[in-house]
Amino acid sequence: MTQKNWIEACAADDIDVEDVIRLDYEERTFAVYRTEDGTYYATDGYCTHQKFHLADGLVMGNVIECPKHNGRFDIPTGAAKKVPACIDLITYPVKLEAGKIYIKIG
Amino acid sequence: MPASREKRNYSITGPENLRAQERGLVEAEWYTSPIPRKRLKELMKRKDGPAIRDTLIWFSALIAMGIVAYYLWGTWWAIPAFLVYGILYATPGDSRWHECGHGTAFKTPWMNEVIYQIASFMVLRSATPWRWSHTRHHTDTIIVGRDPEIAMERPPIWRILIMQIFHLYGGPVELKRFVLHFFGKLDGPEREYIPASEHRKAFWEARVYTLIILSVAAVCIFYQSILPAMFIFLPSFYGSIVVILHGITQHLGLYEDVLDHRLNTRTVYMNPINRFLYWNMNYHIEHHMFPMVPYHALAALHAEMKDDCPAAMPSLSAALKEVVIALRKQKFDPAYVVVKPLPASARPYMYGLSPDHNMANNE
Repeated sequence: MTQKNWIEACAADDIDVEDVIRLDYEERTFAVYRTEDGTYYATDGYCTHQKFHLADGLVMGNVIECPKHNGRFDIPTGAAKKVPACIDLITYPVKLEAGKIYIKIG
Repeated sequence: MPASREKRNYSITGPENLRAQERGLVEAEWYTSPIPRKRLKELMKRKDGPAIRDTLIWFSALIAMGIVAYYLWGTWWAIPAFLVYGILYATPGDSRWHECGHGTAFKTPWMNEVIYQIASFMVLRSATPWRWSHTRHHTDTIIVGRDPEIAMERPPIWRILIMQIFHLYGGPVELKRFVLHFFGKLDGPEREYIPASEHRKAFWEARVYTLIILSVAAVCIFYQSILPAMFIFLPSFYGSIVVILHGITQHLGLYEDVLDHRLNTRTVYMNPINRFLYWNMNYHIEHHMFPMVPYHALAALHAEMKDDCPAAMPSLSAALKEVVIALRKQKFDPAYVVVKPLPASARPYMYGLSPDHNMANNE
């Protein structure tokens, strides 16, 4: 499953364009995105404002919106874009190999 | 969940705050009805069209009614004319404040923000503090000691409800807060839920509100007439009747301290006029369970999840009757709540975090 901290997240086709899925790995939760241009990204799975799963939120362009309070983040950089989200998300490197998405965790 | 029969402390800076945390009711995981992800994404999709249309209708109606009321000033007909003007001012003011505060009414962010700021002033709610208050309300809905927007404690204080018909309880509280914010201060509960990074914004908003109110007062003095204030500021008070009628149907008479919006929130079928004024917030269980679904998609969301929810109240009058009966019972028995059976198709209620507790209460 892991190779130098790369973990297999899902098949590339498991994520619709402009969507996000949740990835639980050990005690951690991640959000894995596919933006409208088809690029994949990964961030921490919980909103930095409160502990709600971003994977239940809406992807709009390069922005993910928390499903609870409308906090928004820039997906590629993790930057908080709208209150109540004030703290940036941690982002993770992503690679696509043989039709599978891998993310590199810390 | 058996409710306490003792009078509780509803302050969010009081002992119930810690108690709620100890009971696992704070920032907890709430029950959600099963909606396929693809369908939920469709429902969450943002549009500008419906809100632009509704905003144009609202402001057009407000201006038209204002002109009528102006020409009737000095006659007895001015009373019903201003009553309608006031209702058109305060009721959509409240619902637009709410929806734009969630950032879902319009697709375009600045449109949400502009209408949010205007509507906040119209209903005399400090825009930034109330944004954070409402954020807390959605995190910890009707959790005693956490939710700053619990409309009525138990046993109920009828005097407050009656005063709120003309916003005479909440209005002065907000005006006092304007003054505090004007001088760069917050009250105790506000310090509990507004982060320091937002304080400055709240203070400047209060200064703008104060400037507007003082300007209206100056025009009244100059013309030796209350008429200017009848158009701006006073409608927040004399036009509040429908705001309170809509508002008390949301949660009153239902459970406290549960993690399932089907238990503490009420959905009510309303006629198209009320739904326009209220921007579909009559679908209140739906709104709380999926707050990022815009108002214009709530009826469709209701259709998706009604088989997992207690039956909606058939009308506003039926909901008000249920609330009044419940409040009268809570006067003598604060533990009383309206218990709503679920349809056979629904998943069991989730009262709290303990599975044993949930099963016992669902039997």
